[in-house]
Amino acid sequence: MSSKKSWHELEVGVVLPPATSVGYKTGGWRVFRPVWDASQCIHCMICVNYCPDMAIPIEKSEQGAVGKGGRVYKGAVRKETNFDYCKGCGICATECPSKCLTMIREEEAEQASCKL
Amino acid sequence: MPTLQDIALKTDGVDARLVSGHRMCAGCGIPAVVKTVLAASDKPVIVLNATGCLEVTSAVYPFTAWNTPWMHLTFENAAAVAAGVESAYKALKRRGRVEEDINILAVGGDGGTYDIGFQALSGALERRHKFMYLAYDNEGYMNTGNQRSGATPFGASTTTVPAGTASFGKAQWRKNLVEIAAAHRIPYVGQAAVHNTLDLYKKAEKGFKADGPAVLAVLQPCTTNWAYDPALTMQYSKLAVETNFWPLYEVENGVVHINVKPAKRRPVEDFLKGQSRFKHLFKTENQHLIAEMQQMIDDEWTRLVKLEETGVQL
Amino acid sequence: MGVMKAITGAEAAAEAMRQINPDVVVAYPITPQTPIVEQFAKFVANGVVDTEMVPVESEHSAMSATVGAEAAGARAMSATSSQGLALMWEIVAATPGLRLPVVMSLVNRTLSAPLNIHCDHSDVMGVTTLGWIQIFSENAQEVYENLPLAVRVAEDPRIQLPAMVNQDGFITSHAVEPVEIFEDDAIRRYVGVRSMERALLDLNHVETIGAMVLPDYLLEVKRAQEEAMSHVFEVYTEAGRELTAITGHAYPFFETYKTEDAEAVIVVLNSAAGTAKVAVDAMRAKGKKVGVLKPILFRPFPYAAVREALRKVPVVGVLDRSMDFGAYAPVYSEIRNVLYDVDQRPATQSYIYGLGGRDIMSTELESVFDELLGGTVDPEHQRYVGLRE
Repeated sequence: MSSKKSWHELEVGVVLPPATSVGYKTGGWRVFRPVWDASQCIHCMICVNYCPDMAIPIEKSEQGAVGKGGRVYKGAVRKETNFDYCKGCGICATECPSKCLTMIREEEAEQASCKL
Repeated sequence: MPTLQDIALKTDGVDARLVSGHRMCAGCGIPAVVKTVLAASDKPVIVLNATGCLEVTSAVYPFTAWNTPWMHLTFENAAAVAAGVESAYKALKRRGRVEEDINILAVGGDGGTYDIGFQALSGALERRHKFMYLAYDNEGYMNTGNQRSGATPFGASTTTVPAGTASFGKAQWRKNLVEIAAAHRIPYVGQAAVHNTLDLYKKAEKGFKADGPAVLAVLQPCTTNWAYDPALTMQYSKLAVETNFWPLYEVENGVVHINVKPAKRRPVEDFLKGQSRFKHLFKTENQHLIAEMQQMIDDEWTRLVKLEETGVQL
Repeated sequence: MGVMKAITGAEAAAEAMRQINPDVVVAYPITPQTPIVEQFAKFVANGVVDTEMVPVESEHSAMSATVGAEAAGARAMSATSSQGLALMWEIVAATPGLRLPVVMSLVNRTLSAPLNIHCDHSDVMGVTTLGWIQIFSENAQEVYENLPLAVRVAEDPRIQLPAMVNQDGFITSHAVEPVEIFEDDAIRRYVGVRSMERALLDLNHVETIGAMVLPDYLLEVKRAQEEAMSHVFEVYTEAGRELTAITGHAYPFFETYKTEDAEAVIVVLNSAAGTAKVAVDAMRAKGKKVGVLKPILFRPFPYAAVREALRKVPVVGVLDRSMDFGAYAPVYSEIRNVLYDVDQRPATQSYIYGLGGRDIMSTELESVFDELLGGTVDPEHQRYVGLRE
């Protein structure tokens, strides 16, 4: 049943190794989901820097990503939102200067994926 | 000059010092404040966190969102704990047991800074420990549901000073943390806001590089207790600056510099509306309070501009 | 062989700290602890030690910074008294939970109100439930030796708990006594260098210290803490044996003085135990078989060993230098607990003495012995030594 540690197994002073929270998925909190239209993205990094949940993965890309206006954006480029952690706050959609993010209700997203 | 791309690569990559899986509210601005500040350090950072929103949501055993050495002791002493860490660092470096250069960051909310942690902060600044103190200011005890703090603005309704038939909420203006910190004659104090990533980053960079203690006061709107749509956190932060409610400025070696001067100051109502804590101010009988608030903001701004113009050391 | 020096208890504590040469010392002055801090500050000012000394703005910050330094990986020490301990109470309570082996001198003084700067044990008795190792010292010599002993016990990997070394305010802290000071090198070797295990400054092992622990784990955390405390007896004995090799002195959990054949025994902490020994000698000269038991290690409390020492004593008088209003006095309470499992329990009597620095005279203790031997004890009602009725 319980996978929790016994008192014998606890670290002295219950110190923790770093970054264990990645095992705690907060995506289940979401009511709204950001839908990202990569073709409209200008990879400005505003959403990335604002995202409270560090849920927008990026990579440093030499060949770049195709975004708004068919342009290739190089350097730091964003990828699809990480829905394991995104809590659906909508800051990204509000702040996006190129309006490439839209918030939809989580049920709609689920229904859409069921239809596929 | 750092770009948003440079900062993003530091906050979102493998070197991120604050990671996903924390339990801060959807739409909370604290993570953006903290990750931006941490990204501004070119050395490893040890974080000493006061009890508060950030602390209770980022390290809940066995989960921690910290990818950098971090410690929480209690509520009112982040600056004192930082002083201890800095002293240990100096001693162990002198004795050859620690090699690497580090930065030390104490973090607290406004309750843990303006109120209960005030003495420890003042003591640590006066002793000139080399550390930066970051106050993320959501203008009250938001972790416990919107109680009044020394940072709560005039006119705000809180659960400990609620608006009612005989009260309009808080009747006093807030403390000016930046000027109080500057009065310690420390090398760097900055006031920033969560929406202005570049300004915040630059201030954090200066704070870390300062030859002595530094203080950063960062406005961080609280979606939960200011009660607005979580998508609007950055918008409220922006409005606070555009109304001069929260000017972005810094005090470097006592000299004031205003970083952002709104071309046209917006009326304070633009910031107040939509927040439940100010809802009562829009009743007819309370309209004069908004006017009073506007006057205070304008007076403060005039004073600040004068300080900048005269170049007199604070 | 050491060198004899005429110094106070406070200076003895500072001497021990000089030899330990901690990485960090954080303190805020308070009477009667102040001369410890002042003396140590002189050592720093004259380069006798290279400790990083932090004179903070309050005791709350003193313990906070001490804990911060300790968490960072330093050996950190502090010292306080009375109100200072009360102000740092919150952090005193937090330290053992984080398993940080801070060592602090406590110069015992009455806790206000009324304001009084003199000795009693109302300060320490307010913190004995918090999880610190508590060591008591009868005189300056014991203060000096108990500090390095405390460092070794506290920092042992099996323990990792904070320790407080008590001495009586003014009576011990300000009275000059001959103290045998052992070689610096011997004491330095004895305490060694603190391990960097679990240190914030160990950047190769990044860690989170002080995470919130919810109901699912708190019981386990506290059980583990109790386990560490239970190992203090063995570690204290081992560390004591090593210290004996330097000092030639023994480090028992408690000291007994002429209790073997005693018909009445007084249990008393700290400096008054010295007075009680004088009273014992006076009584013995009159042919009365009495003795003294002086607890040294008060937390953890060595119940079983004390029980064996008192098992055959017909009557035990317990002298407390503090009160627990509406309850048995703290030391009396422990002794009553100790004796519960004895078949033929000794009679007991609780005495309150010496509050706020009131002198306790050996003649008064002789009267206490007479009362105990006369069999007029009333275990339910504490008596007051020297009270004006």
